[in-house]
Amino acid sequence: MKALRIETPEGVVFSLQLATPVLRALAWSVDGAVLIASSVVIGRASGTFAVIGADWANAIATLLYFVSSMAYGMLFEWYWRGQTLGKRLFGLRVVDAQGLRLRPAQVVMRNLLRSVDFLPGAYLVGATACLFSRKGQRLGDLAANTVVLREAKLLEPDVERIAPAKYNSLLALPHLAARLRSRVDPEAVRIAVTALALRDGYDPRARVELFAELAGYFRSLVEFPEAAVEGLTDEQYVRSAVRAIYGR
Amino acid sequence: MILDPARFVDMERVYWNELQAILDKLRVEPGWRMSIPEVQRLHYLYERCSADLARLDTFSTEPLLRGYVESLVSSAYAEIHETRAPSGKVRWRALGAAFPRAFRRHLGAFRLAVGLTLLGGAFGWFAMRADPDAKAVLMPFPGLLDPPATRVAREESARMDRLHGQKASFSAMLMTHNIQVTVMTLACGVTWGVGTVILLFYNGVTLGAISADYVGAGYTQFLAGWLLPHGAIEIPAILLGGQAGLVLAGALIGWGERASRADRLRSVARDLLAIALGAAALLVWAGLVEAFVSQYHQPVLPYGLKIAFGLLELAALSIFLARAG
Repeated sequence: MKALRIETPEGVVFSLQLATPVLRALAWSVDGAVLIASSVVIGRASGTFAVIGADWANAIATLLYFVSSMAYGMLFEWYWRGQTLGKRLFGLRVVDAQGLRLRPAQVVMRNLLRSVDFLPGAYLVGATACLFSRKGQRLGDLAANTVVLREAKLLEPDVERIAPAKYNSLLALPHLAARLRSRVDPEAVRIAVTALALRDGYDPRARVELFAELAGYFRSLVEFPEAAVEGLTDEQYVRSAVRAIYGR
Repeated sequence: MILDPARFVDMERVYWNELQAILDKLRVEPGWRMSIPEVQRLHYLYERCSADLARLDTFSTEPLLRGYVESLVSSAYAEIHETRAPSGKVRWRALGAAFPRAFRRHLGAFRLAVGLTLLGGAFGWFAMRADPDAKAVLMPFPGLLDPPATRVAREESARMDRLHGQKASFSAMLMTHNIQVTVMTLACGVTWGVGTVILLFYNGVTLGAISADYVGAGYTQFLAGWLLPHGAIEIPAILLGGQAGLVLAGALIGWGERASRADRLRSVARDLLAIALGAAALLVWAGLVEAFVSQYHQPVLPYGLKIAFGLLELAALSIFLARAG
């Protein structure tokens, strides 16, 4: 996954995860659905304007549809600080490419340039630009000097709920537990946490296969002594590994 | 080295939560103005979290914890280091003044847009005169494919209002279509200007071909009476879109400029916005005039009156762009 590295004047370096074209497409499909829904609402509402004449009702509907399609992204990204409904749903956010706050002129510019990114249809130009750009920018982002980030999930999961407190043989070996924490991929931890939270809802065979795969991944990162993992099923191993990763 | 991450998290969590709460409030209430002590507290929390991130960077490689603190520091960084003035309400009066100023600041790009359109116009004129059979290609609009004489005779002898009950919706359609064309002309600037140049030239070709067709057939007065009332505003608006597209292209290319591309784009962003909004406002007027005035000819509306109206509009627009702001 592409990342944007920023060094602050204090000398601290941080990186921001850039949204993938697939995530952006999913967010856009939600926004597209919202726009279709709004056009239906406008169509219905235009019926109420019929009292002033069918001609004016059509004119108002045409203008409302045009304004809503043009202003949707601009207004939401302005008021929600870089998020539309779709972006909020998928945890994406538009920010200045230097990590600074998004400005109204940038919001308008990136939305005006959608017309070029959309060409020849279904955002083909924009998606191609995203794939080849170092910062994952479509042409509108390039001109507005913006990037789309994937916001980090900020909250720790409720470890007690997903893996009730028991003796954890992996935590008895703090140096190996620390090595596990340092090597693990956050995405894999998220998958493991979700799998543990939903484990009672799985088909028994799928449950066994899923936890076998996850346990295999965690085992490949750090080799604990046989005595520490003896008798642990794959699911118990994953649970112990997650607790060790969160230091509990 | 952080030997006990759980203890480290427990010690620092209270500061992270406090910073998170401030950032959340800033997101929910964009207009929130902090007091001096609140700003100082935000700055302290930002520095403390930055220090935590630096500790995690140097002594540990915990990706989950790092990602969390990193997201806090990045959000706080945007708030702390943003030096551009906050923009709350839209100041329409200021925007009205910004439009002609932005136009004048980039007069060279406007001249280039006019030149490209005139070049296209000359091409369309000569192509039409050299090969009248190419009419359908040069001006692909069904309403213009009839010989000028047929159209003029039909519209001048019309006894009924052919747009009766459709004027408002026709006007709305014209507004939205012309704004889309103008936005596209601007947006194509991002193709390093190639798209904008093509659109301006193509627009010129169509105008040149139409002019050649009607002037060649001896209907110059009809052409002026038909085009001028709305064209006096619509054509300059599209040229303004072209101007903005060329300015955008210039900022992307950056010939002979030492500033970074990001800085160049940032420096023209407000001007592009002002020009785009100004052009859109002009096209709303042009749409009204085209539906309610331009489609009516002699004897309903004398050509002299329509031409004078168009010239008056053009003069007013020129004075506004040259003097206002």
